[in-house]
Amino acid sequence: MDELEKIEADDRVYSLNLGPQHPSTHGVLRILLDLDGEYIVKCDPVIGYGHRGHEKMGENRQYKQFLPNTSRMDYLSGLLYNHGFVLAVEKLAGIKVPERAKYIRVIASELNRISSHLLWFGTYLLDIGGITPFLYAFDDREHILDTLDTITGSRLTYSYCRFGGVTRDIDSKFIDMTRAFLKRMESRWADYEALVSKNVIFIHRTRDVGVIDVNLARQYGVTGPNLRACGVAFDVRRSEPYEVYDRFDFEIPTGTRGDALDRYDVRFREMQQSCRIIEQALEQLPEGEFLTPKVPQKLSPPKGEVYTAFESARGLTAYYLVSDGSPAPYRCHIRVPSFGNLNVLNDVLPGTMVADAIAILGSIDVVIPEIDR
Amino acid sequence: MGYFKDIFVGGLSLIEGMGVTVRRLFQPLVTVQYPRQKIPLSSAYRGHIELKVFEESGTHKCIVCLNCEKTCPSGVIRVQGEKQKEKGPKTLTNYVIDFSKCSLCGLCVEICPTSTLVYSKEYELVGETGADCQIDLMARLATQVEKTREEKKTQEIAA
Repeated sequence: MDELEKIEADDRVYSLNLGPQHPSTHGVLRILLDLDGEYIVKCDPVIGYGHRGHEKMGENRQYKQFLPNTSRMDYLSGLLYNHGFVLAVEKLAGIKVPERAKYIRVIASELNRISSHLLWFGTYLLDIGGITPFLYAFDDREHILDTLDTITGSRLTYSYCRFGGVTRDIDSKFIDMTRAFLKRMESRWADYEALVSKNVIFIHRTRDVGVIDVNLARQYGVTGPNLRACGVAFDVRRSEPYEVYDRFDFEIPTGTRGDALDRYDVRFREMQQSCRIIEQALEQLPEGEFLTPKVPQKLSPPKGEVYTAFESARGLTAYYLVSDGSPAPYRCHIRVPSFGNLNVLNDVLPGTMVADAIAILGSIDVVIPEIDR
Repeated sequence: MGYFKDIFVGGLSLIEGMGVTVRRLFQPLVTVQYPRQKIPLSSAYRGHIELKVFEESGTHKCIVCLNCEKTCPSGVIRVQGEKQKEKGPKTLTNYVIDFSKCSLCGLCVEICPTSTLVYSKEYELVGETGADCQIDLMARLATQVEKTREEKKTQEIAA
C-alpha cells in the first residue's frame, strides 16, 4: 500500500466538487477532488455536460452545412475551426484555393488566435485574483472583434471560410484597422509585462506550480502552448505547414520548466509572434479572387478519407473525414486538444493545494464545449 | 539579505504595475454607454435574414425555389408559395423563419438565385416567448416597403 492509498483509506479524506461551473472554463466542467486538508490526493475531471453530438451531426448533413457547427466547438477560436474544416474538405474534394484567400484566412485566423489568447490572459489573471488586466485585455480584444466584424459580420461564431475561399473580401478599411491594432499592441505588450509578467505576486503564484513533465505530456497527448511550455517546439504551423505558413518568419516560443508561469509566458510570446505573422501576411497579400467560383453547391467528394491537422489556439486539432461519394461524410471525427490538456490534470494535481489547482486549471486553458462537442 | 532584497524588488514591481494603471487613468474612456450610446454597425453585419425590396419593382424577387429551405442546416426557414395561374411561376405567400434555431451561417443568402435574401441590421431582438422568435418576413416586407417609400418622399422633398 503506497502513501496515497493509505491516505485514501483514511476517513480524513473528503471529496470536493470543483464545479460543475467554474469561471475559468466558460463551459461546464466538474472536477472531483479528494482532499486531505488543503492537499489534493486525487483528481478526476468529469466531462460531457455540454455534449451536443457534433460529430454525429456532421455525418447527417452536407459538408457545407456542418460549417456553422465547427465554430461552436471551440467558440473562442471559431475561425480557426472553420479554417481547419474547409482545409480538410478541400483536400478531400481536391478544390484549389486562390492565393489571396489563403492569405486572408491566415490573417483572420491569427487575429482570432490573438483574441483567444487575450481572453485567456484576462480570465486567467481574474481567476488568480487580478481584476485590472482582465479589463485591459478585453479592451484590446474588442479591437480584434471590431476588425473581424468588418469582414465576417460576426463577433464570435464567424462561419467565415468557405470551400475554395472566404465569404467576403478584405478591404482597405480592414487592413487599416489591422495595422492600427498591431501598432497599438506594440505599446501594450510593455504595459502587460510591467503589470503582470514582472508582478511578484503573480510570479510566486505560478512559478514551479503545476509542472508537467515532457514524458507525461506526451503520454496524455498534450499539445499547443502547454506542450511548448515543457520545452518541445512542436507547432503544426511549422512541422506540417498548411496554407502559406511556410512563407512567414516566426519563432515558436518554448519554455523550460513546464510550470504555469512557462505556460503563461509561451502564450504571451505567441501573441507577439501572431502579430508578426499578420504583419508579414499583410505585406505579401496578393491581388486576385477571394473565392473560387468552381465549387458546386452540392459537394460530393470522391470516395476516400482525409486527415487534416492544424494549430488551433489550444493545440493540435484535426478533422478526420471519410467520404463514400455521397453529399454527407460517412465518418466525421474531430481531434480536440483540450481533451488531452485537461486530463493531464489527473497526474498533475495530486500533491498540490486547492488554491494552486485554480492557478493550474486556468493556465491549461481548456475550452469545455470542445471536449464535450 | 535575500529576504530584504525580495521585499524591495517585489515592492518595486508592484509600484511599476500601479504606474500602468495610473497612466490608464488619464486616457480616454473606452466604455460605450449602451443603450444610450450606440456604435455604428459594420456593413458586413449578419442579422436575421429579410427579403430585399428592389427599387425598380418595389417588392422582392422570391421565386419560391425553396433552395434556402433545403440548404438551411437547422430547418429555420419555412417558405410557402402558390400558383396564380395554371402555368407559370409560383408567387410567395408565406415566409417565416424560426430565429431561435438560426446559427447565422449565411448559406441561404449565398444560395439565393435572385439575391432577394439579405441580412437585416436588426440586433435588438429580445423576446419573452418562443413565439417572439418566429419572424414573419412577409409582414416585415410590408413595413420595409412603407419605409423605403417614406425615405424616397423625404428625399424628394429635400431635393
